[in-house]
Amino acid sequence: MSVFREVPQAAPVAVFKLSQDFNNDQFPKKVNLGVGAYRTDEGQPWVLPVVKKVEKIVVHDDRLNHEYLPILGLPEFRSSASKIALGDDSPAIQENRVGAVQCLGGTGALKMGAEFLRRFYNGNNNTKTPVYVSAPTWENHNAVFANAGFEDIRSYKYWDAEKRGLDFAGFLGDLESCPEHSIFVLHACAHNPTGTDPTHEQWKQIADTMMRRNLFVFFDSAYQGFASGSLDKDAWAVRYFVSMDFEMLCAQSFSKNFGLYNERVGNLTIVARDADNLKRILSQMEMIVRTTWSNPPSQGARIVAITLNSPELFSEWKDNVKTMADRVLLMRAQLKAKLQALGTPGTWDHITEQIGMFSFTGLNPKQVEYMVKERHVYLMASGRINMCGLTTKNIDYVAESIHEAVTKVQ
Amino acid sequence: MALLKSNKVIYCLGKISPSLGVVSARNSSWWGGVQMGPPDPILGVSEAYKRDTNPKKMNLGVGAYRDDQGKPFVLSCVRKAEAVITAKQMDKEYLAIGGLGEFTKSCAQLALGNDNEVLKSGRNITVQTISGTGSLRIGANFLSRFHGPRDVYLPKPSWGNHTPIFRDAGMQLKAYRYYDPSTCGFDFKGALDDISKIPEQSVIMLHACAHNPTGVDPRPEQWKEISDIVKKRNLLVFFDMAYQGFASGDIDRDAWAVRYFIEQGHNILLSQSFAKNMGLYGERVGGFTVVCNDAEEAKRVESQLKILIRPIYSNPPMNGARIAATILNTPDLRSLWLEEVHGMANRIIKMREELVAGLQKEGSTHNWQHVTDQIGMFCFTGLKPEQVERLTKEFSVYMTKDGRISMAGVTSGNVGYLAHGIHAVTK
Repeated sequence: MSVFREVPQAAPVAVFKLSQDFNNDQFPKKVNLGVGAYRTDEGQPWVLPVVKKVEKIVVHDDRLNHEYLPILGLPEFRSSASKIALGDDSPAIQENRVGAVQCLGGTGALKMGAEFLRRFYNGNNNTKTPVYVSAPTWENHNAVFANAGFEDIRSYKYWDAEKRGLDFAGFLGDLESCPEHSIFVLHACAHNPTGTDPTHEQWKQIADTMMRRNLFVFFDSAYQGFASGSLDKDAWAVRYFVSMDFEMLCAQSFSKNFGLYNERVGNLTIVARDADNLKRILSQMEMIVRTTWSNPPSQGARIVAITLNSPELFSEWKDNVKTMADRVLLMRAQLKAKLQALGTPGTWDHITEQIGMFSFTGLNPKQVEYMVKERHVYLMASGRINMCGLTTKNIDYVAESIHEAVTKVQ
Repeated sequence: MALLKSNKVIYCLGKISPSLGVVSARNSSWWGGVQMGPPDPILGVSEAYKRDTNPKKMNLGVGAYRDDQGKPFVLSCVRKAEAVITAKQMDKEYLAIGGLGEFTKSCAQLALGNDNEVLKSGRNITVQTISGTGSLRIGANFLSRFHGPRDVYLPKPSWGNHTPIFRDAGMQLKAYRYYDPSTCGFDFKGALDDISKIPEQSVIMLHACAHNPTGVDPRPEQWKEISDIVKKRNLLVFFDMAYQGFASGDIDRDAWAVRYFIEQGHNILLSQSFAKNMGLYGERVGGFTVVCNDAEEAKRVESQLKILIRPIYSNPPMNGARIAATILNTPDLRSLWLEEVHGMANRIIKMREELVAGLQKEGSTHNWQHVTDQIGMFCFTGLKPEQVERLTKEFSVYMTKDGRISMAGVTSGNVGYLAHGIHAVTK
């Protein structure tokens, strides 16, 4: 008799199932607009040239070994990664109140932050503190916070399906009416999945309201540099909130902007009130890390640290990032132009107004089904497409497919 | 405490005056009540060691292998595998949630043996994990969610991190007798006695080989009796195997207990680490296996493991798993690895022998047989806390208060000094 005979079959994670289905599809013109990874114009994964260069350095350096990293990670990685988010000249960094935990990707950083908040925020082990995630949001946000023990995960208004843009009034309304001390997960830039970000003015209002209502700021920054092509532009919101004196967390991912997806490189940046607070926070973070993964993987962090700490390599990296961001911008412009040329019903400005890897096309589930089944163009049921899946070779086919879906399926 | 008080004052003032309310939000902190976490006992040892200026100092706290020069050892098979991998110029696309297929397959084969019926029938699920800790944590989370009874029985003593891992996952910790301080050996009778009283369906943790921290392993006949009583009590077995190959030098011998239990019909949980036996510490390479009734059940369990893993770190890191898979699946790299792991184990065994010989030469009248009876990286010397303190203060030999030393920190260059110090504090 098995102790696990009652274990039910869990549903597969949607985005990975989509890729699986795509891989199994034999249709020659198939297109994968699903999972969020960068592709070149040849539709291939792209290992950044600077990464290849640094990997060679690492593999040939006999002084390097595979010893354990400290529990909180590689120090050179943590500090340079936080600088990327906050800016070299960040007053918070000068004031010694910024610390970091190297984590397994952006997911790991969110996880560590969530575990810390559940233990120490708003009382001890207060699992009833509401956590707000945007409607819609990255599909794993909910699970990260729920698994950390939070019992009350809600959504704040974000995407306005009618006008295909930000429901700012709704967002502000939720900030005004939510319980004090609620935790808000904010997308630093290139909102996933909508690609729609608040303007600077809107961010200012969000910050004012959050300060006044004592709400907790938890930034998810997975696309810095990747969104606009500029690291500083993409970090504007995070830095603004820091300048407003928030005690906050920022989960950073280097999966996309370094193309280091499978090396799991992430950083949880902690902005504390002062150095003493920071010290105590980090000591508690160590305890959480120790029972989850003991210490983080060294390869990816090494690559990032070496790159960020060398002026030439840093410069080369910024160029590589701009290459990716520019290709995405080009595909946005071309897709919109083609849809307009085809006379596809509806407005398509949102394609170029949105930013980053993803676009919320506005296609409804039936239209998505048509795209997948009839046209072999794979996208998420939400209508989200990964712009990186578009190439100069498939963009016509995709545009035609969208045109067909919109005109044939209601 | 003063800081807390002043925060409260500011907060109250804020309530009285709206304008002061803004000040209170900026000067007070969410984290005023966060206490400083306790210092890690083993880290503390390393820190103190670093500060010591005695040229003869020894760090016997470290749980990482060192060569005879006291240096970290990167295995040749690892360097060769890295060269092979670099030449292939692979992409960095996300791994599946359960990890690299070639790795998980060979990881399971390594533990169970290539011809194991479990592998043939596909009734195991093996996922790649963040080394041994990550594996234990996934296992603990899985038990917490899907196994009724909350109790996990650890041997007394066990690895220090076992307890917080299971506790954080929502399980309750209990213990069964294991180490006998009077013999510095295995308390076989005590273990059987305690295990026979464990409530049915509880989880029992067993160290597959090279018990951490004592180095004391049951003999095969003893394992057989343990298996019988565990079966009688209908307990769920969770093996922690962090030292396969590293203990005796022989990967099959070190996996004997795991394979025996499976043969005997136990559907075990198994954590594996490649930190020590491949020297891949910081790359975080491990595996978690659940042996199920059949392939269908394995599929269901797999789907649930993925649901557990995704909100922690989404998918595991590639580098170390790729190195391990390359080694395990490339015949000459695998042979080289087996030689190197044999070499590491042999050096440890030799140091044990030299330590005992050194103690005898010093004229010690104590029985030090346990030093060579024990196996693996660690040795429970039997030293009392006062003796450990003297060893540290007078000889700059750093170890944990429980008398545990890491044999990996012993070299042919310092074993004589160690023997001298131990004799001095125990004569």
